Amino acid sequence: MSDAALHVSGLKKSFGRNRVLRGVDVTLAPGSVTVLMGANGAGKSTLVKAICGHHRADGGQMTLAGRPFDPADVADAISRGVVTVHQSIDDGVIPDLDVANNLMLDRLVDGQDGLFVRDRRLRAEASKVAAEMGLTVNMRTRVSDLPVADRQMIAIARAMVRAPKVLILDEPTSSLSATEAARLFDLIDRLRAQGVAILYISHRMSDIRRVAERIVVMRDGAISGVFDTRPLDYEAAVTAMLGHRMNEVDIRQRTGTTPLLELTELQIREGAAPITLTVRDGEVVAFVGLLGSGKSRLADILSGLSHPLGGIMRINGTRYAPRSVEEAVGKAVFLSPKDRGTNAVIPGFDIADNMTLPFLRGVSLGPFLSTRRQHKRTGDMVERVGIVCQSVRDGIGTLSGGNQQKVMIARWLLEPAQVLLLDEPFQGVDIGARRDIGRHIRATAQGRATLVFLAEIDEALEIADRIVVMNEGTIVGEHISDAINLAALVADITGPDGPETGLHP
Amino acid sequence: MNDKILNFAVRYGFLILLVGLIVYFSLAAPGFFGPLSAAFVLQSVAVTGILALGVTCTLVVDGFDLSIGAVATSALMLSAYSMVILEHPTIVAVLLCLGMGALVGLLNGLLIVKFRVPDLLATLGMMFLLIGVQRIPTQGNSIATGMTLSDGTVAEGTFSAAFLWLGRHRFDVFIERLLPMPVVIFVVIAVVIWLFLGFTRHGRLMYAIGSNARAASLVGTPVNRYKIAAYMISGVTASIGGILLAARLGRGDIASGNNLLLDSVAAALIGFAVLGAARPNAFGTAIGALFVGILLQGMTMMNAPYYTQDFVKGAVLVAALVFTFYLSSRRSGAGH
Repeated sequence: MSDAALHVSGLKKSFGRNRVLRGVDVTLAPGSVTVLMGANGAGKSTLVKAICGHHRADGGQMTLAGRPFDPADVADAISRGVVTVHQSIDDGVIPDLDVANNLMLDRLVDGQDGLFVRDRRLRAEASKVAAEMGLTVNMRTRVSDLPVADRQMIAIARAMVRAPKVLILDEPTSSLSATEAARLFDLIDRLRAQGVAILYISHRMSDIRRVAERIVVMRDGAISGVFDTRPLDYEAAVTAMLGHRMNEVDIRQRTGTTPLLELTELQIREGAAPITLTVRDGEVVAFVGLLGSGKSRLADILSGLSHPLGGIMRINGTRYAPRSVEEAVGKAVFLSPKDRGTNAVIPGFDIADNMTLPFLRGVSLGPFLSTRRQHKRTGDMVERVGIVCQSVRDGIGTLSGGNQQKVMIARWLLEPAQVLLLDEPFQGVDIGARRDIGRHIRATAQGRATLVFLAEIDEALEIADRIVVMNEGTIVGEHISDAINLAALVADITGPDGPETGLHP
Repeated sequence: MNDKILNFAVRYGFLILLVGLIVYFSLAAPGFFGPLSAAFVLQSVAVTGILALGVTCTLVVDGFDLSIGAVATSALMLSAYSMVILEHPTIVAVLLCLGMGALVGLLNGLLIVKFRVPDLLATLGMMFLLIGVQRIPTQGNSIATGMTLSDGTVAEGTFSAAFLWLGRHRFDVFIERLLPMPVVIFVVIAVVIWLFLGFTRHGRLMYAIGSNARAASLVGTPVNRYKIAAYMISGVTASIGGILLAARLGRGDIASGNNLLLDSVAAALIGFAVLGAARPNAFGTAIGALFVGILLQGMTMMNAPYYTQDFVKGAVLVAALVFTFYLSSRRSGAGH
């Protein structure tokens, strides 16, 4: 592949025993946009970090325009023409400096202009760069005063000052509005015309439809699909990303009879169609959808973290409109949030304290905690859920990820719930623990409505009676687990054709 | 085996050092080991210790209260103003001071949780403000009976006997008039805060907030209310410290209490190292205060000059911090 801008072959990277990249092959051609897709944890960001010099790969080769490429660090990668704009925009700009200084930052760093900054010349050169990029902002404006889109443009413009051969954009539209994104796409078109090889990482189908010439899909640290024949097969790409190996699912369908949770005309996001849905007693409903489809938003609204724009929620026929998590928990609506490290685990606490945290009142005598009660209740739960530990006094940090997650789920099974919300309950959990958790959730489902929010179809098939598909902040499809039509399910997740998403009736 | 030694050192190192110090001073400085000397040490750390216990509560919720020293001196001046100039009875003076402490704590808390001012900056600002405020009513002068006021009248009021009793009374234990009242109050507050932080669900939730505030809020903990409560506890304990100081001095001395902030923060931070807790805790704070007191008393009795005291305190603090953060991080496994 002599005409490739960047060629990666057999790239390997492990963190401890965790093999994040297991031999990845990717080729980027000059003047074209390759979209990289993959679910959370597929290894996308590790791949990017290996290419941009942040991580040293454990094995494999990279070549840049035919010459071996093994960046020692980020600065080395940049000097050789591989430039990355990271997802978090503020990593790419200095908010307290003005536009001109931001654009010329690398000039300031390399020190070739001597000790004193010549502001006029700096601004003149910066204006030139901005003009090339079609940027129309005042050079003296402080970057922190600019809207997000302009900051993003400046981060990219800064990258362009280095005349890159390869440009990596990591979820560049994640904080942009539709019109702002359109400006970015125009810029991408212009860069493509200049012969830059672009690697574009995104979850948004509408973005991908707009820019992709090729789609490379990662799953479990390896490439699971490459799509480069037109028209691009987006559904096949989503399938390659989420996978649908049929597991030996053993779900005895339960439909339940009594409606428990009723959502009526619930609008969760500006411009999204309202949601109407009933979840019955004993039912386990999985919500699937890509990142940004509104799953987490719905979970937040149900758990009192944020508020709907309109519509009514009812539990057992009673109006339910929690103003806070405290109030939701008081009404027996429990949320086990995603990303347990930031949202759930108390690192300084032992298993017993972590598990009983929401229900300390129940294990207290007056204001005083009863260690005996606490240990009895958590000890029972440890047995039932199958948490592997020496004792409930063990620090939470001594447990494996899967066992920590079991503790976080068990936390919300201590007291009976009306509505149990589980946001990505299988995140960073091996298959054994996943089965344990799933089995226990199904076994205890009677008497409550259980809503599970998932990105992976496999996981939804394993746990749910019914699968609800979300896209663009609303429900776009419903599937019953024992009569699943995978093609239709994937089509719902991918969303309708065309960049403008039609709203579901 | 190595792990075991390290574990043992982290857990008991500081207590062993404390016992070692006591033994050394007892042998080297005649008169160090005895009830009178012990009472003196306790007396010297009582006020700092009380303030340190308050700041411990704010450290538990991952905050910091730099205003405690200023709250204490404000309470000192307020009690003097109330009794000497306004001629209030004891109970009014005491309640005014406690109310002032609670109010300052509330303001600190609101600045931090509602106005999102970082804790260090909010309490630093409050400290500055209080240092200024306490000087305004008396044009920067100390308050004592017989002083001439700005309108030409003479302050007629006095510190009541009941108020002075709070700072000066000594209980008979072993020897007549041995144990000073401030020490008793220090011990009572230490026990109450120890029970509160260590054994009530409120304390446990406060530790949860300090360890991962987001996770705590997602299980329905009213994080903001607990944070405000922590600053209010800190404000009230600091005002108690100020009352005891005023009662001991018997005058509204504008210059006293300069070292209170640093000494009490040091005690709370030294407390991290006690029993390898590696986190703020009431028992550790009390031991930390005592440690500094014993070290200074012993050195004084061995004729070390007074101006070396701050140097010694600083050295102890740095050593304790290394103990806490370096050794604990090397200890295998987490948990406590």
